[in-house]
Amino acid sequence: MTGGASGVGLVVSTFLASAVEFVEAFTIVLAMGLTRGWRSALWGVAAAVVALAAATAVFGYALARWLPESALQLGIGTLLLIFGLQWLRKAILRAAGLKALHDEEATFREEQEAARAAAGTRYLGGIDGFGFAVSFKGVFLEGLEVVFIVITFGLNAGSVGLAAAGAIAAAVLVVVAGVLVHRPLAQVPENAIKFAVGLLLTTFGTFWATEGLGVFAADAKPLEWPGGDVALLVVLAAWTAFAAIAVRLLRRTAALRARPAEVAP
Amino acid sequence: MRRLLAAFGRFCWDFVVGDDWRIAAGVVAVLAAGAVVVASGALDDEVVTLLVGAGIAIVATVSIVLGARRAARG
Repeated sequence: MTGGASGVGLVVSTFLASAVEFVEAFTIVLAMGLTRGWRSALWGVAAAVVALAAATAVFGYALARWLPESALQLGIGTLLLIFGLQWLRKAILRAAGLKALHDEEATFREEQEAARAAAGTRYLGGIDGFGFAVSFKGVFLEGLEVVFIVITFGLNAGSVGLAAAGAIAAAVLVVVAGVLVHRPLAQVPENAIKFAVGLLLTTFGTFWATEGLGVFAADAKPLEWPGGDVALLVVLAAWTAFAAIAVRLLRRTAALRARPAEVAP
Repeated sequence: MRRLLAAFGRFCWDFVVGDDWRIAAGVVAVLAAGAVVVASGALDDEVVTLLVGAGIAIVATVSIVLGARRAARG
């Protein structure tokens, strides 16, 4: 299942999805590190990584062990599809100018202002509670999305290792780039990457959830798309065309609304 | 304990369903209809996959149009 289009799509999807989440987590940790101290921020990161590892082990093991393959395909495909459509919807609205673009510099400033304004923080063993908690929350919540994508893609494609490799590569790249530039990674084309990830998640979600409906057939075998696995590329092309048309139509509608009404002489 | 469970439930809802519940409801409705068709054995696999795919595209269209209207209203 991980050969060809599925294998490449698996690594690309987990790499891109993880990269945008890690960039967002990095911005939060950087703001806390520079404002409240690196010791507290890094302890927050370490605690979040431990919590994420535990969550991955528990949910990954439970899903793989207790759910039959076809039910896994349907359940995971459905979750991935809902998740992917949320990303795609936001990306389309952003590209059409109907929703504010995600701005790491702005997020960084907001986090720093909040960190400076926070007073009366508790110190435990020399660790600033505010810096620790915000870093933990930022890394845990963004990391949970990565874990979700790695587990769902990995289990359905039959290679959690390959999916995890994409995520680890993204983590290494973001951390190295972040340490080198020592400022928010605002140059990363985050909105474009989110658009691509939305397309990939929606494509795989559509493909797997529909295949998984076979669990209700008499033979309980996955449904066959026309053309087999090649249909994955057709579904991706269809969603890409859908998104491009939606952006174009919404841009035109937004421009018409913005134009002042003509006054008759 | 109850408060912790409620918070976990809220977190799961926000995580999966997000800010537009219509997407989740629409996807579940389309897949449920697909499940009924598959169970009845009335159509070939390939026809069902195409119909379900089209249904999901309709869900996406409705959600995007409603999201655009809301954004335009500010």
